[in-house]
Amino acid sequence: MGFETSTKPGGKLVTLANPALSDNRADVKAPRKVRVVSRRRRRIENALIAYSFIAPNFLGFAVFTLGPILFAFALAFMHWDGSNPIEFAGLDNFWRLFEDRAFIDAFWNTIIYTAVSVPLTLACALGLAILLNQKIFGRDFFRTAMFFPYVASLVAVAVVWNMVFNPEMGPVNMLLYTIGIPPEDLPGWAADRHWAMVTVILFGIWKSMGYYMVIYLAGLQGINSELYEAAGLDGANAWQKFIHVTLPQLAPTTFFVTVMLTIQSFKVFDQVYMITQGGPGTSTLVLVYHIYNEAFISWDLGYSSMIALVLFLLVLVVTVVQFRRQRED
Amino acid sequence: MRITGKKIKPATVAVYLTVIVVTIIMLLPFAWMLSASLKLDRDVFAFPIEWIPSHPRWQNYVDIWTKIPLALFIYNTSKLTIIVTLLQLLTSSFAAYAFAKLHFPYKNTLFLGYIATIAMPWQVYMVPQFLLMREFGLNNTHLALICLQAFTAFGVFLMRQFYMSIPTELCEAARIDGMNEYQIWAKIMLPLSKPALSTLTIFTFVTTWNDFLGPMIYLTKTELKTIQIGLRMFISQYSAEYGLIMAASVVALIPVLVVFLALQRFFVEGVASSGLKG
Repeated sequence: MGFETSTKPGGKLVTLANPALSDNRADVKAPRKVRVVSRRRRRIENALIAYSFIAPNFLGFAVFTLGPILFAFALAFMHWDGSNPIEFAGLDNFWRLFEDRAFIDAFWNTIIYTAVSVPLTLACALGLAILLNQKIFGRDFFRTAMFFPYVASLVAVAVVWNMVFNPEMGPVNMLLYTIGIPPEDLPGWAADRHWAMVTVILFGIWKSMGYYMVIYLAGLQGINSELYEAAGLDGANAWQKFIHVTLPQLAPTTFFVTVMLTIQSFKVFDQVYMITQGGPGTSTLVLVYHIYNEAFISWDLGYSSMIALVLFLLVLVVTVVQFRRQRED
Repeated sequence: MRITGKKIKPATVAVYLTVIVVTIIMLLPFAWMLSASLKLDRDVFAFPIEWIPSHPRWQNYVDIWTKIPLALFIYNTSKLTIIVTLLQLLTSSFAAYAFAKLHFPYKNTLFLGYIATIAMPWQVYMVPQFLLMREFGLNNTHLALICLQAFTAFGVFLMRQFYMSIPTELCEAARIDGMNEYQIWAKIMLPLSKPALSTLTIFTFVTTWNDFLGPMIYLTKTELKTIQIGLRMFISQYSAEYGLIMAASVVALIPVLVVFLALQRFFVEGVASSGLKG
């Protein structure tokens, strides 16, 4: 292990104090004291080994993630355009939030997006996981197919989505037209103020459902089949088994999925950028989009960090509330 | 042997029907994409849809390589994705071993720091990160994106969860046999963690390959751009050339499809065993 060959004065004692080599311990004058020293050195050595395992990741993580996070919190209380000197702003950026119409719209749009898409995605993912947990023909193919939108490039699928849902020429409206919906009643999808958010939400569910289905599948596979057998002996039907066995057993999975989904929907940006660019008007403007605009379009870095801080607090509050509720259950 | 007419339950029919309908909804956009990529622009929106074009226009797949430097974009993206994925696998599994199996001061504090940042939206610190990179002179370099994506808390967390499920006795036995910690990591932990490594590979590969906002912020020089930015550029430049856009989109999807199909059998196993389910 290296330190037996210590070059320090009294190295011989240290060597002998090593438990592995201590057959002739009687020769050692003060074995106790020396062993304490060597144990301490061993502890230090072990800690150094452990730190050497962590260091490559931690250094990068500290410089490129932890540091910027702390800087972000500080920037929220500054005025800065990225080149002129930084000025302390106190709560200026905070008060500005309440007068910023776009921020208020973005805030509510983010809440609406989350409130609608989280339960819908959860229900779809759970339903599919239960169907695909059964022994049906071609199960692996179906599972893979459901998951594929999640791994597919957002830019590519958003383009298809835009084309398929094109109000004038897209196949979806063509289909609606052929089944008898008059042209003036056809939804305008991404181009229509009232339908834009629906389009973004549908796209989000379609894209991420498969991922949460896989997590639910893992959860379902962890349920002990004896529970179902016992319920069967008690005369439970399929629905009762679902309510009294499956759902309670899946509670930790549902908790995890809810937290993940909520965090993800608060962070929604890419799909908005690709499909509606926040419009029409501010109908699909979300918090991250506003952060992006303020930072990289207006170069108002302090204010954009303040919006980011609000977003962070929102995520934090929701996560903490969910953890509390989980513990109460 | 006589095949007896087995009675098919209505419930089974309903299950198959639902699954097939949902699968079609999930895959239809891809089918449409593939079909449109082989059409002339004016035929793309023809209705009813001609799913298999009678005169497939393969020329679309030839033209995309000359209209934009698609090959260069693919090279850039591949380079970034491979480096980030390798670094991520290496540093995450390395750090995760210490967090799962070794004892050292401040272990819990450090790990808590990792966990806390997982919940932090990237958009909260993307601006300071950008300023930091600018300070380091890394804007318009691939190194910026590598630094950004190679050291994630998520990777460490995922690998640690998996290592926790490997019995500690295994490591102790190896220590008694005279292996040092690095050998235990390389010869015992790594080979055992294939499902977790595959899961992390899929995640990292897919995220880096498909990343859009990162390259958009950091890379403004054309010769550095990635396939997603290239695709986006292509869309705005040739907005009416639907066939070409779809062909380029298909090309951008292929690598992800290949990696996913190659590793997907580990995926459910990895998600399950790494405790991602909660």
